[in-house]
Amino acid sequence: MMDAPQIVKTQPLLMARNVSKSFGNIAALQDVSATVYPGEVLGIVGESGSGKSTFLRCLNLEEHPDQGSYTLDLPNVQGNLFDLDRYARRMLCATRIGIVYQNPHLGLLMKHSSSGNVAERLLVAGERRFNVLREKARDALDASEFPLDRMDAPPIELSGGMQQRVQLAKAIALEPALLLLDEPTTGLDVSVQALVLDTLKKLQQERKITMVIVSHDLGVIRTLSDRVMVMRRGRVVEEGLADQVFQDPQHAYTQQLVHAKL
Amino acid sequence: MSLKSLTKAWEPMSYGFLDASAKREIRRKMLKAIAVPGCQIPYASREVPMARGWGTGGLQISCTLLNPKTTIKVIDQGADDSVNAASIRRFLAGVSGAPTTTDTLKADLIQSRHRIPEEILREDQVLVLQVPNPEPLRPVQPNMSIARQMHADADYGRMWLQLYEQIVRSGRVMQGASYPSLVNGRFVMTPSPIPRWDVPKMHMAKHLTILSAGREKRLHAVPPFTKVEPLVFDDVPYKVEDHGAHVCTRSGAKGYFMNEIPQDDGPSTFEVSDSELGVKSIHRADGEAVQIGETWYKNGEMTE
Amino acid sequence: MTVLDVHHLTKGFTMHHLGAHMAAFDDISFLLNAGEFLLLKGQNGAGKSTLLRTLYRSYLAQSGEILFHSNHGVIDLARAADIDVTYLRRTEIGFVTQFLTARPRVSAEALVAEPLRLAGRCAEDALDEARHWLNAFGVKPALWAAYPTTFSGGEQQKVNLARTLILPPRLLFLDEPTASLDVNARAALIKRLTELKAQGTAMIGVFHHPGDVATLIDREIDLTPDSATGEDRKDVVI
Repeated sequence: MMDAPQIVKTQPLLMARNVSKSFGNIAALQDVSATVYPGEVLGIVGESGSGKSTFLRCLNLEEHPDQGSYTLDLPNVQGNLFDLDRYARRMLCATRIGIVYQNPHLGLLMKHSSSGNVAERLLVAGERRFNVLREKARDALDASEFPLDRMDAPPIELSGGMQQRVQLAKAIALEPALLLLDEPTTGLDVSVQALVLDTLKKLQQERKITMVIVSHDLGVIRTLSDRVMVMRRGRVVEEGLADQVFQDPQHAYTQQLVHAKL
Repeated sequence: MSLKSLTKAWEPMSYGFLDASAKREIRRKMLKAIAVPGCQIPYASREVPMARGWGTGGLQISCTLLNPKTTIKVIDQGADDSVNAASIRRFLAGVSGAPTTTDTLKADLIQSRHRIPEEILREDQVLVLQVPNPEPLRPVQPNMSIARQMHADADYGRMWLQLYEQIVRSGRVMQGASYPSLVNGRFVMTPSPIPRWDVPKMHMAKHLTILSAGREKRLHAVPPFTKVEPLVFDDVPYKVEDHGAHVCTRSGAKGYFMNEIPQDDGPSTFEVSDSELGVKSIHRADGEAVQIGETWYKNGEMTE
Repeated sequence: MTVLDVHHLTKGFTMHHLGAHMAAFDDISFLLNAGEFLLLKGQNGAGKSTLLRTLYRSYLAQSGEILFHSNHGVIDLARAADIDVTYLRRTEIGFVTQFLTARPRVSAEALVAEPLRLAGRCAEDALDEARHWLNAFGVKPALWAAYPTTFSGGEQQKVNLARTLILPPRLLFLDEPTASLDVNARAALIKRLTELKAQGTAMIGVFHHPGDVATLIDREIDLTPDSATGEDRKDVVI
């Protein structure tokens, strides 16, 4: 175990403690804890079924864990977020947390316009000026490097890479404090994958958004993360600086993962 | 001893077709609806001698509200003389002995399909609107359980999104009738399929409006002096139908909601949709003394 | 003034799939002062690069202490919180490797200017200084606005050096930085290192040809195992 921070006095933005969740007899999460500092990118790797996506859904308050606490150090946000009622949960997610799913169908209305998908977030937050909605949707799509001449095309007519950009634009439209990414590039062609990663990296550099990214693809995690958490069978087996976890993995499972990749 | 000596002579003991417990239930649900303006309240919706979809919701409310002294007016798309309006009027009079009228000013209870009369309604009048589909969220959320949660959370983002989409695709809001409106700053309701022209009439109106859907078994209400605001973007103003300049070919009335009557040889002619207003205008033009009440619209402009 | 105080540092690699443990180096202790240049010597596989990476926390030490006298007090890098290590890497500890981690669509000058921007300098100033250093290391002006991902190894290394050395770190690790450099760039590097040394940067370096930096060297540590058991030591590169 490492020491507590001595030099950096900033409070962590995100603190999740001992999150556990079972589906019937299957323990999806067992005592998972995570700390993320403002501006940091935490990568979570693990194979399918390791619980990484369940954990991310807990962080997006979509899934209610059996146990554990979750706090975000934000103005007007107090206490264990798992205890919030449905309304407070919805408002918090809509205004402070952005999410990009692997499957665009989960995050987008496929038959509405792309700009409308982005505008929905702003509408939920109470924006009632059409021209402002239009402008902000355009800005967010632009930041996600979405071709603006197609901003009113419905996602169903777009390629997978473009759909992910719409999701990303929607997620960042309100400048969220926390951006959650669930396998954002899985299922895309390798070349498209690189472009989407590139956009994410650029956004991270420019806006210093705090991110938690979940992927089974070590390349994706390595490209984006400052710190890495390795999960297996609902538990965290290893955690550390990204370069350390990839260059000097300690746990047998991580070594296997890293070696399989190279 | 004869049977006659043991029984009373026949006399009416009830009126309004529905049994007492049905009426009591509807009264309670109406009170609830008035207490929470715009909130849809479920009710049992009994069988009435009319097919679902023909105004059974409105009919049950009218049957509950009337008594033998209530003056009843029934209109369908503004007209007192359509088959449906005439049948309902006759039925209501038949089951209660209540007097009927076509004059908006003389009516105590007005049951209507798809229109609000042009003459301003008073505190002592009740408007009953027949509603085919009371759920404004249905186009954006087919699952009614989730739709109810959305109402509870005032989660109307999707409604607004719908308007956004219409403007993006067509350059304007395409919603014609049933324009979704926020009641008392809390619940979005569908004001039954009245034209956009009629929605502003509900805002801070003096009369009580009860909206009832018999097939869907829900009712909601707009109590007197309640805010009713159509959902509009701050920078895209609400527009009513462009009827202000049309003149009624039969009565000469101008500046009211019109029925368009296409002509074989091309252009359409127009006829005032509120038929009784047309009748009164004709009488007045003939020099008869008729009383036309203050109207919500003057020269095609809504008065404050 | 002490910058780094290493006590009994030991590192080995446990290879779970082989069921084996490979020692890299054992019980290393040394003291490094401000402005001192320490050369790590030893044959291939003696653990020179491993030691650098362990000090930088890319590798986890097995035991021992790495006491770094930072501007914020003494901290044991072997056990410091990740967030502290990240912070120190950004502000006080530099590492020049043989490879540039170029990022797609970031120009050479922006890449070099980044440490200055992070330290709070205004964009224009930072770019001016970045261009100065690119020039000093011999990167042609035509390439300044280009993306280094497409550069040759030698040019990439120049960008890398300019970026790492633009801000004077308190502690600098050098892992064969001269490997792919031409004569001019090598001279520029040595000039810059001399400058940093004079400003008090403490350095630990591994060089294939220590002759390149002969004038800078204050002390040497020989990691070559002197006992027969030490022959197992391998610098494991993953």
